[in-house]
Amino acid sequence: MKKLIFIGTIGLFIAACGGGAGNSNKEGSESSENKEQTEKAENGNPSYDPKRGEGKFTTVDISEHLDAAKADAGNKVFDVKCSACHKLTAEKLVGPGWLGVTTRHEPVWIMNFVTNTDEMITKDPAAQAQLEICMVRMPNQSLSDEDARSLLEFMRRNDGVK
Amino acid sequence: MRTIQLKYMALAVVVALLGISGCKPKNAASAVDAGAAAKAYVAPGKYDEFYNFVSGGFSGQMSVYGLPSGRLLRVIPVFSVDPEKGWGYSEETKPMLNTSHGFVPWDDLHHTELSQTNGEIDGRWIFANGNNTPRIARVDLGTFRTNEIIEIPNSAGNHSSPFITENTEYVVAGTRFSVPPDNVNGDVPINTYKKNFKGTISFVSVDKTSGNMKIAFQLLCPGVNFDLSHAGKGPSHDWFFFSCYNSEQANTLLEVNASQKDKDFILAVNWKKAEEYLAQGKAKKQTVKYAHNVYDEKTHSATSTIETEVQVLDVKDFPDIAYFIPCPKSPHGCDVDPTGEYIVGSGKLAALIPVFSYTKLQAAIAAKDFIGNFGGIPVVKYESALYGEVKKPGLGPLHTEFDGKGNAYTSFFVSSEIVKWNIKDLKVLDRAPTYYSIGHLCIPGGDSRKPNAKYVIAYNKITKDRYLPTGPELAQSAQLFDISGDKMQLILDFPTIGEPHYAQAVSADLIKTKSVKIFKIEDNANPYVSKGEGQTKVVRTGNRVDVNMTAIRSHLAPDNIEGIRMGDEVYFHVTNLEQDWDVPHGFAIKGSINSELLVMPGETTTLKWIPDRVGMFPMYCTDFCSALHQEMSGYVRVSPAGSNTPLLFSTGKNLPKADSTVTK
Repeated sequence: MKKLIFIGTIGLFIAACGGGAGNSNKEGSESSENKEQTEKAENGNPSYDPKRGEGKFTTVDISEHLDAAKADAGNKVFDVKCSACHKLTAEKLVGPGWLGVTTRHEPVWIMNFVTNTDEMITKDPAAQAQLEICMVRMPNQSLSDEDARSLLEFMRRNDGVK
Repeated sequence: MRTIQLKYMALAVVVALLGISGCKPKNAASAVDAGAAAKAYVAPGKYDEFYNFVSGGFSGQMSVYGLPSGRLLRVIPVFSVDPEKGWGYSEETKPMLNTSHGFVPWDDLHHTELSQTNGEIDGRWIFANGNNTPRIARVDLGTFRTNEIIEIPNSAGNHSSPFITENTEYVVAGTRFSVPPDNVNGDVPINTYKKNFKGTISFVSVDKTSGNMKIAFQLLCPGVNFDLSHAGKGPSHDWFFFSCYNSEQANTLLEVNASQKDKDFILAVNWKKAEEYLAQGKAKKQTVKYAHNVYDEKTHSATSTIETEVQVLDVKDFPDIAYFIPCPKSPHGCDVDPTGEYIVGSGKLAALIPVFSYTKLQAAIAAKDFIGNFGGIPVVKYESALYGEVKKPGLGPLHTEFDGKGNAYTSFFVSSEIVKWNIKDLKVLDRAPTYYSIGHLCIPGGDSRKPNAKYVIAYNKITKDRYLPTGPELAQSAQLFDISGDKMQLILDFPTIGEPHYAQAVSADLIKTKSVKIFKIEDNANPYVSKGEGQTKVVRTGNRVDVNMTAIRSHLAPDNIEGIRMGDEVYFHVTNLEQDWDVPHGFAIKGSINSELLVMPGETTTLKWIPDRVGMFPMYCTDFCSALHQEMSGYVRVSPAGSNTPLLFSTGKNLPKADSTVTK
C-alpha cells in the first residue's frame, strides 16, 4: 500500500510540472497517441493523459493471475457501494454495465476514476461520453485506495481473469 | 471622516447623503459610516472569519451565522421539532424530545455556550438551555447536531444556564421560577411562596471525552428568581456567580412587587466546596423523575432514559458553600472579566453598573463582614465586595462582554445602546446606539479568558423599520459593530430567526476543518441499515411492516411495494448509500401525517406511516439529487384489511405482463 501511495505522490508531482517527458518508452509512445485525442478534448489541456485519467495513481501493480482474496474483498465493496447502479453484465442500469470494463480502460484509469470521480467526469473525454448516455454524475463513494484496488480485482474476475 | 468616503464609490456616497440628511439619531439609515459595506463584505465563494451561534429564543432552535457577512449558514434543531429535517418526527430522533412530561415538541432556547478548556473556547461542543421545560442540550460541532438533552428536576424556568466552568467540568442550570420541590406536594396555595417555594441550582458534570452530561448535585436555595450566571476564571476558578431578582419573594404582579427593594443579590457559589461535601456523602438523595436523552452517531438513533434520583445539598445547612452579594435593582447579567477578578452585575432598573472584586469578596467572607442572612445564606456587605461603580453609563444595563484589553461592553435596553467602558478606572469610553432596544450582545470569546475582540454583535428586541415591512410579525434584528479601533463602528444589520438571546462566536478555523462530511456506511450500526441494495427487504411481523430500503442517485430500492394492508404500521428505514459530501436524499409518502425524512450520506432514518385508506401511494425523494431526481420515486399499494394481496417488493423488475402492453 505504502508503495502505491508513494508512486501516487510522485505522479501528482509530475502532473503538476506539466508533462510526462522523460518517462519510460511505453509511456512516451502513449503520450504521442494522446496528442490527437487531447486536441479533440474540450478541456484542451495538452498534458492530460486519457489512458491514465486524472488522480493520484500513475501505475497499478497488476499480476497476470487473479488475486482471489482481493477480488472477494472487492465483491463486498461492490455490494455496498456500487451494485445499486451497476450490473455485472453489459446491461446499463443507472451507470454502464461492468462486463468488459477492464478491457475498455487501463487499470490506472479505473483506479483514478473510482477515487477521483468528480474531477474525472469533468475532465475525461471517455467519462464525459458516458455522462451523456447516463445523465447521472457518478457519486464519489469515498473509496479507500485499498477498496479501489480490491474493486479492480473484482472487475478483473468479472471479465474472466483467473 | 468625510474625505475617506471619497474612496468608496456610489454606495458610500448614498450612505453619506442619508447620514447627512438624517440628523436625528434614530433614523433607520443613520449611524452608518463609510467603508461599512467593505468591512462586512465576504466575496461569493469565500468563507466568513467567524461562526456565530445564536440562540433561537421561542423558535427553540439554534442558528449559525457567518461573520462578518451575517449569512445564515444553518439552523440546528434543538428543542423544537423541525419537519424539514425530520427532527422529532423520525423514529430515531423522537426520543430526543422526551421529558418526564412525555414528548414535548417545543421549548424556548435562551443561551448558547461553547465548551472551554483552560478558560478558552475549544470548539468541541456548544450547550443550550431550554427555559420552559427545564433542559440543557449539547450540540456536537463535528456534525452540528444535537447529541444530548438532559431534563432538570426540581426546577422551572431554566434561565441562568447553560454557562460552564473553565474546563467544562460543569454546565449549570438555575431556577427562574421557584416552585415547591418535586418530592413534596405542590398542591398548595400560590400565596405560600415564602414558605413552600424553593429555587435550585444544578451542577451538571460533562464527561471530558464523550461530553455526556450527568446531574452531579443540586443546591437547594431560598425561593427567588435566578436569572443569569457566569463561572469564575483563573483565581476565581472555584466559584460560580448567579444573579437573582425577586428577593421580595412576590408571587403576583412581579413587575411591581418584585421591584420594591433597592437591592437584590448575586449568589456566589463555591462549587469546589460543594464537591467536598458531596464526596463526604453529605448530600441527600432525593427521588425525582427526569429524562436523559442521548443520540448515538453509530446507530444514528437516540435513546431516552428516565432517571429517578438526584443528590441535593441544602445550602442553609452548609454555610460556606454560598454567599449573597447585594446588587442594585433587579440584576440581570452577571459577567466575569477575563482575569477572573471583576464580577459585573447589571441591574435592569439601575442607572449605574456595580463592579465587584473577587479579592475583596474573599476578604469580606474571611472577616465575616456580613449584614445578616437571607434564607440562611450569609449576605456580604455591599461596600465590602464592591470594587466600584460605573456612574451614569446609560439606562437599564443588561449584559456585559469583554475585549481582553481591559475594556467591557455593556448593553443598555432602555437607552438602546452599547457602552464601552474601562474596567480599571470605570470610565465610559464610547457609546453606540442600537436599533432598537438591545438585549444580549456578543464578542467572539467575550465571556472566556481569551476574547478575540474584532466585533461586537447586538441582538435587538425591537425591529420596527429596519427592514422591508412583512406585516405585524417581523424578524428580529442583529447588528454588527467593528470594534478593532477605539470607537465602535456599525457595519451591518442582519435578520435572525425566533428571538435571539445570548450568542457566542468563535474563529472559524477552530471548527471548519473538523466538520463531518459524510457518515461512513461501513460504520452504520442502525439495526435496520441496508448496506447495499442486496440487503433491502420488506418484512411483515403481524401488522408491523419493516421496509429496509436504500436511496442513491436516483432510485429507491424497493420502489414497488404491494401487500400493505389497512391496519398496518409501516416503518420505512431509509439508508442513503451515497458517500459524498452534500448528497442527502429526502423521503416522503402521500398522506403521511408525519414529516419528511432528510437522510445524510451513510445514514439510516426511519419514517413511521399508518395508511388511512385503500389505494395507491406515491413516495419520492424530496431533495433534488441529480438530473433524474424527478424519476426518484415509487409506489406503495394498500389493500383492505384481511386482503390476500401477496407481499411483494422490487426495483426494476415489476414489469407489465407482455400481453397487457400490446394494443392491436
